[in-house]
Amino acid sequence: MAEAAAGIRGYGLIVAMWVRTTMAYRLSFAMTALGNLLMTAADFAAIAIMFSHTDVLGGFTFAEVALLYGTTSTSLGLADLLLGNLDRIGRRIRDGTMDTLLVRPVPVFAQIAADRFALRRIGRVLQGLIVLVWSLTALDGVAWTPVAVLLVPVMVLAGAAIYGAVFTCGAAFQFWATDAAEVQNSFTYGGNTLTQYPPTIFSKELVRGVTFVVPLAFVNWLPALHVLGRDDPLGLPGWVDFASPLVAAACCALAGLAWRTGLRGYRSTGS
Amino acid sequence: MIEVEDLEKVFVVRRRAGRLRRTKHEVRAVGGISFAVPRGEVVGYIGPNGAGKSTTIKMLTGILTPSSGRLRVVGIDPARERTRLARRIGVVFGQRTTLWWDLPLLDSYRLMRRMYRIPDDRYRANLERCTEQLGLGELLEVPVRQLSLGQRMRGDIAAALLHDPEVLYLDEPTIGLDVLSKAKVREFLRELNADRGTTVLLTTHDLSDIEQLCRRVMVIDHGRLMYDGGLDGLHAVGESERMLVVDLERELPPIDVAGCRTVRVEGPRQWLAFPAGASAAPLVAEVAERWPLVDLSVREPDIEDVIARMYA
Amino acid sequence: MRGIGALRDAPAMQTVRLYGLVAAGGFRRFSTYRAATAAGVFTNTVFGFILAYTFVALWHERPQLGGYDQAQALTFVWVGQALLAPAALLGFGFQEELQERIRSGDVAVDLYRPADLQLWWCAHDLGRAAFQLLGRGVVPMAVGALAFELALPAAAGTWLLFLLAVALGCLVSFAIRYLVGLAAFWLLDGQGINLLNSLVAMLLSGTLLPLTVFPGAFGDIAQALPWAAMLQVPADVLLGRHTGAGVAGALAFQAAWAVALLAAGRALQSVATRRVVVQGG
Repeated sequence: MAEAAAGIRGYGLIVAMWVRTTMAYRLSFAMTALGNLLMTAADFAAIAIMFSHTDVLGGFTFAEVALLYGTTSTSLGLADLLLGNLDRIGRRIRDGTMDTLLVRPVPVFAQIAADRFALRRIGRVLQGLIVLVWSLTALDGVAWTPVAVLLVPVMVLAGAAIYGAVFTCGAAFQFWATDAAEVQNSFTYGGNTLTQYPPTIFSKELVRGVTFVVPLAFVNWLPALHVLGRDDPLGLPGWVDFASPLVAAACCALAGLAWRTGLRGYRSTGS
Repeated sequence: MIEVEDLEKVFVVRRRAGRLRRTKHEVRAVGGISFAVPRGEVVGYIGPNGAGKSTTIKMLTGILTPSSGRLRVVGIDPARERTRLARRIGVVFGQRTTLWWDLPLLDSYRLMRRMYRIPDDRYRANLERCTEQLGLGELLEVPVRQLSLGQRMRGDIAAALLHDPEVLYLDEPTIGLDVLSKAKVREFLRELNADRGTTVLLTTHDLSDIEQLCRRVMVIDHGRLMYDGGLDGLHAVGESERMLVVDLERELPPIDVAGCRTVRVEGPRQWLAFPAGASAAPLVAEVAERWPLVDLSVREPDIEDVIARMYA
Repeated sequence: MRGIGALRDAPAMQTVRLYGLVAAGGFRRFSTYRAATAAGVFTNTVFGFILAYTFVALWHERPQLGGYDQAQALTFVWVGQALLAPAALLGFGFQEELQERIRSGDVAVDLYRPADLQLWWCAHDLGRAAFQLLGRGVVPMAVGALAFELALPAAAGTWLLFLLAVALGCLVSFAIRYLVGLAAFWLLDGQGINLLNSLVAMLLSGTLLPLTVFPGAFGDIAQALPWAAMLQVPADVLLGRHTGAGVAGALAFQAAWAVALLAAGRALQSVATRRVVVQGG
């Protein structure tokens, strides 16, 4: 517990410093944040173009796909903002600057995650939120029960935690393969692209894989299907729709374990 | 301050053998060394590249976990309580900075202050002292990446000392520095040790660092401690030689002076080797008396030479 | 004899040899990043699968959309993944290194070398592209062909024309990114323009959706812009959408943009060089 507190405090200190530095160049910050927003909006433009040719995709309307898009993109945006810099760890190991982090009184995880904290990535979060809010206004026929209303923010936060766990596992993997930073993109950005679309368009094997192996289905698919009043393609029991926070917690625990194993390995081999 | 007993570090190295097969080798980077450094001592830790210096330092700071042996720094087991130890030691890596590359020095220091929870008055006093003695005044607002190597090193040393560490590790603190920066760094370290009794362990390639700072030297080679004692003893053990270089008025046959041997002649210049423990004064007097001397200089033995002789 | 011969063909031959070596260097440099290459292949393959399923869904609703049948649309997806790294469809590449050298002033050293800055980077980048076409392109394409029914041509000639189109596409890609790189002479840092470059490249090369699917005038304009030369044209050549003179036209379209953009890069380079000389680097 004490270590977690030290980590959060250290993270906060480093992030605050980078934010101060960023804010010294407000215009540049605004431009790059906007650039990030537009950059991530490009794939939504592709979806919009698709729906200019058709009313439904895999049985889902544009507003329904936008709900999927908005939730998963906001989740990824949050995880990317908070932990996205973890993927620099491979470079730090290769150039030897990892050692300088190990002699400071703050957990290494917090130092790497906070290093060069890029506030401009808030652009991705904003873009996701904009699409999410639009989809909520555009959806019709959704029964907004209290549970459904609560499920939306819960799924965004649980999704962010799941993506955060993936970022952490990807970073831990770099303890063994220092220049394989790109692998995690398959699960983060790839997972994001995947869960922007309805599960009905993918093969059952793929859906099973992202439900039971890399549980990206819990980022938004399962809870969002509940909100939309649809059945999931695998016919899972109903309580699964609410399992995202639990799955997120399990993912984080596993990621923590992977990170510790990686760091212990580094400290016993020095490479 | 530092207690080391039978410290050992074994790496398992996988080598490619053939296309797919890989074989495992055990490499003993540090093979059972023991020593103790009392409070306030300045110790030089030297040895050829790959001898195990860095590995030792990494174990003493908690970066690396030892394979076996007992290790205590300020009473703490570094591998088990790395972050707690971090508050009580300072580390300077000559080859890489611990500062934030894109930020001005002062921003790095401010962050250190919060990270290490340095009380305000201590921080101000330490920063003032370091700034003055290391000549950092005009550099505080400059981003680290724009500093020269010597400036950056001074900045790094200051950063390592803001939290009043009891032990300071310096890994090659003068590598690549110009003469002026070297002198400044050495002077500062001497004062630091005298004023506050900070224990210092430094690795270096530069023998003059050791001569000017350390009373005690430890020599490591192939993971073993080969020598632990005073600097004079090192010269005796190593039978190292200093070199008297004399410029004569004209070309002469090799001159013959008692207590040294002429090892090289190049035109009017001659090189005379004599034991490092001996004084150069009587030699100079004799040469000046018997031959037409124009100029002279004395060259110190290179640390690598000294060590090379030890194992020759 | 040998000396005279070497002297006579020295300038031309040495130039060819120099840039050949630079290109080989670019190839070798990227071939040493084994884990990175494997990771890239994996990522390209994963994205290929995801995009392929979305295309299946779309073409299920609208067969013949954009003039492609489903097999052709899927081929487009996998060609896109195969060319993602070699043609730098996401806009990342050497220009960040060039910008860094401009920012640090090291570019002044480059300019005094007896090699031309643009040609040097061009050779280096094409060497990189050649490696990534083999290292990162072939496997995803093969996986795609195994997992889905693609519309790959049987004629060797079509494949050769495709490779030529890919080469021209990589050249256009280089020419654009060289301009982006040189912008660092005038901008404080390259972040903004790199972001813009990535955005435009991703959208207008057809990486997300074929340009023929873009609505109305937007689609027509997109197909006339240089980014179309990077993926849309090579994919259409492979799919046999151009025949006879059409192929020549498509390749000429790429070549024209390559020449125009390289010339623009040259002009910008000479303006920038004058700046360096005036400022003393």
